[in-house]
Amino acid sequence: MNEAEIKERVAAFLGEHDPSGDRLEFLRARFDAGLAWVWFPEGLGGLAAPRELQQVVERELADTPQINGGKQGIGLGMAAPTILAFGTEEQKRRFLRPLWTGEEIWCQLFSEPGAGSDLATLATRAVRDGDEWVVDGQKVWTSGAHHSRWAILVTRTDPDVPKHRGLTYFVCDMQAPGVEVRPLRQITGEAEFNEVFLTGVRLSDDLRLGEVGDGWRVAQTTLMNERVAIGGAPTRRGGGVMATVLSAWREHPELRTHDLHGRLLSLWVEAEVTRLSGARLREQLAAGQPGPEGSGMKLSFARLNQALTGLDVELRRDLGYDDWAFRRSEDVDFYGRGPGYRYLRAKGNSIEGGTSEILRNIISERVLGLPSEPRVDKDVPWKDLPR
Amino acid sequence: MTLLYSEVEEELRSSVRGLLADRCPPAAVLKRVESEPYDLDLWKTLAGEIGVAGLLIPEELGGAGASASEAAVVLEELGRAVAPVPFFTSAVLATQALLPTRDALLGELAEGRKTAALAVSFTASPYAPGRGSSVTVDGDGRLSGTVTGVAGAEVADVLLVPVGGDLYAVEGASVEVVPSLDLTRPVATVTFEQAQGRRVGGCDLAAVLGFGAGLLASEQLGVAEWCLETTLAYVKERHQFARPVGSFQSIKHRLADLWLDVVRARAAARNAVADASSISVAVAQSWNAGVAVHAAEEALQLHGGIGMTWEHPVHLYLKRAKATELALGTPGDHREALASLVDVPGPS
Ligand SMILES: Cc1cc2nc3c(=O)[nH]c(=O)nc-3n(C[C@H](O)[C@H](O)[C@H](O)COP(=O)(O)OP(=O)(O)OC[C@H]3O[C@@H](n4cnc5c(N)ncnc54)[C@H](O)[C@@H]3O)c2cc1C
Repeated sequence: MNEAEIKERVAAFLGEHDPSGDRLEFLRARFDAGLAWVWFPEGLGGLAAPRELQQVVERELADTPQINGGKQGIGLGMAAPTILAFGTEEQKRRFLRPLWTGEEIWCQLFSEPGAGSDLATLATRAVRDGDEWVVDGQKVWTSGAHHSRWAILVTRTDPDVPKHRGLTYFVCDMQAPGVEVRPLRQITGEAEFNEVFLTGVRLSDDLRLGEVGDGWRVAQTTLMNERVAIGGAPTRRGGGVMATVLSAWREHPELRTHDLHGRLLSLWVEAEVTRLSGARLREQLAAGQPGPEGSGMKLSFARLNQALTGLDVELRRDLGYDDWAFRRSEDVDFYGRGPGYRYLRAKGNSIEGGTSEILRNIISERVLGLPSEPRVDKDVPWKDLPR
Repeated sequence: MTLLYSEVEEELRSSVRGLLADRCPPAAVLKRVESEPYDLDLWKTLAGEIGVAGLLIPEELGGAGASASEAAVVLEELGRAVAPVPFFTSAVLATQALLPTRDALLGELAEGRKTAALAVSFTASPYAPGRGSSVTVDGDGRLSGTVTGVAGAEVADVLLVPVGGDLYAVEGASVEVVPSLDLTRPVATVTFEQAQGRRVGGCDLAAVLGFGAGLLASEQLGVAEWCLETTLAYVKERHQFARPVGSFQSIKHRLADLWLDVVRARAAARNAVADASSISVAVAQSWNAGVAVHAAEEALQLHGGIGMTWEHPVHLYLKRAKATELALGTPGDHREALASLVDVPGPS
């Protein structure tokens, strides 16, 4: 399929569905027409078309009802590609459509109090009981758990083998009995993430994604997609947080100094070359799955966002803060909030989705082929590891 | 528009790389830098057999009719080899200045029968094109004055001299090579004393220098790539404390960051040829010049003592990188230009 053909499809779709009608009906119809993710298979929101054609679709449908990328981030960026890669036909059909339309929000039950960077040490147990699994454990830093319908979950199913081998991946029903979500107030004042306690949660075996014991491999797919989702989103030149800083700069000539000017221009260049390498990466990706290169995008995104939001606060010389209320936020709102919020929230960019240190380890070992550090936990059964 | 390399470009790359691996390994460059840095035999082969000298020249004028993006790939390879050949000065800068005139000299340049240099200081920029030149022309077309810091002049058969919007071809000026920071692309002071020039046409010097600056980003990319790859190979081999030094996290993290800088330099260089606007050029030069210097400095540091020696080639790369940082506008010059190009005005 080429650009002209996809445009024809979109035009035909718009001929049959009125964008000014019911929002949800429109989004459902868009999914059914294969215009959600054009590179997905037909019947699953796509047309099995080249990935770069998605941009054409987005352009053509820019003035129609949109999905909420912020709130649906985990579903779109992580759950969907994992379900596509490892799900059964039935799972794909069940989950992808409401995930895309936003009828069902997703969260990610990976991190635990004792397993962050070293995710493969996680302790949440899943024990088989006939056609079901019984899950017990505690997760932490779970963004958006309070409004999620489903979660992607990694559990330990075999404590007797080394840590990477005894994991199994599930879709967790967040409404199942035994799932308890408690807000965690964060640095910005509000509660975007949570602790999640799982006590005797029963999940039927058809909620398993991938083979028993293969959870690490499935999780890798999620994590690589996560890094591209966080760092690799297309932006326009001078867009994103840069646009916010630039408009403050242009509107307040009285706040300009030579030092700020020099720093702002350096960051402008860095933002632009980062944008260009994202575009280049997406061209390379058009064919395949994201590889470890995606970590580079996330790493540069975190650095830039932090530098820019810091400069923004400094530029404005404003010691105020917009709102410290302990709210349950619906999504990460970089643009609707003040510079203090942006500065503080951006601090999470080098922690969430893998810390910048871990991403540098991944790049140096998997992209550059440098030797790994000596490992003390190799070949040791998980149950015998010091924790 | 694509930021990737085409198949044709990859083929061109592999033939240039193959030839350079054979004829121009760093050891050979090192050997000749103090006497006769330029390897004109190599230049003849590059021009004659691979046809690089005529890449930017249209077919009807005797060239290959290729695009800037092919020339850029050649520059990446020449950068990786710090090859002492006048490709950038003759086949890019001088050629680009001459192209609008469609002068017959282009045919000779394309075949590599003649080599030209633009008699402009290598530290002039699109924003200060006259820097370093005092040349004037009298009523009889005679040129007088000096230009300092001219690259490629000593191996040029013809000097192309821009004066007040016109371009003159001059043979037989005084060219005095001065000790230069970059041993592989030395600069010279060129003096004209009532030299007879032939007016070949008009010349938009700022535009020519802007075009050159955009392509120089690809050479800088090549320099940075060599530094990164060579350092990676070294830290995998070199053992201290019973481990390869590349297994220590502080080293790995520095190399991961450097890799990311190089990845972005590649995107910036590709963009500067895919879209040769002033903004793209300024972005590529503000970024790539710094990355090449940083890559060479990291390479030197991570090689330890051996990096500080004359016999290890890393210094050739550092010198090339530092010199190109100043060439055709410093990163700061290009950032300053961006301020108005992208409407980020400074304090009044
Ligand atoms: C805003 C936010 C939202 C999040 N949302 C979610 C979510 O929805 N779901 C979810 O599952 N998780 C989520 N996380 C958790 C996140 O993935 C983890 O915080 C992260 O992986 C780091 O783990 P940790 O906090 O346990 O830190 P640790 O792993 O304890 O790290 C502490 C420090 O040590 C460094 N470090 C650790 N190991 C190494 C090493 N090998 N080499 C070098 N340095 C090392 C780290 O870089 C860090 O600086 C979120 C986190 C944040 C901040």
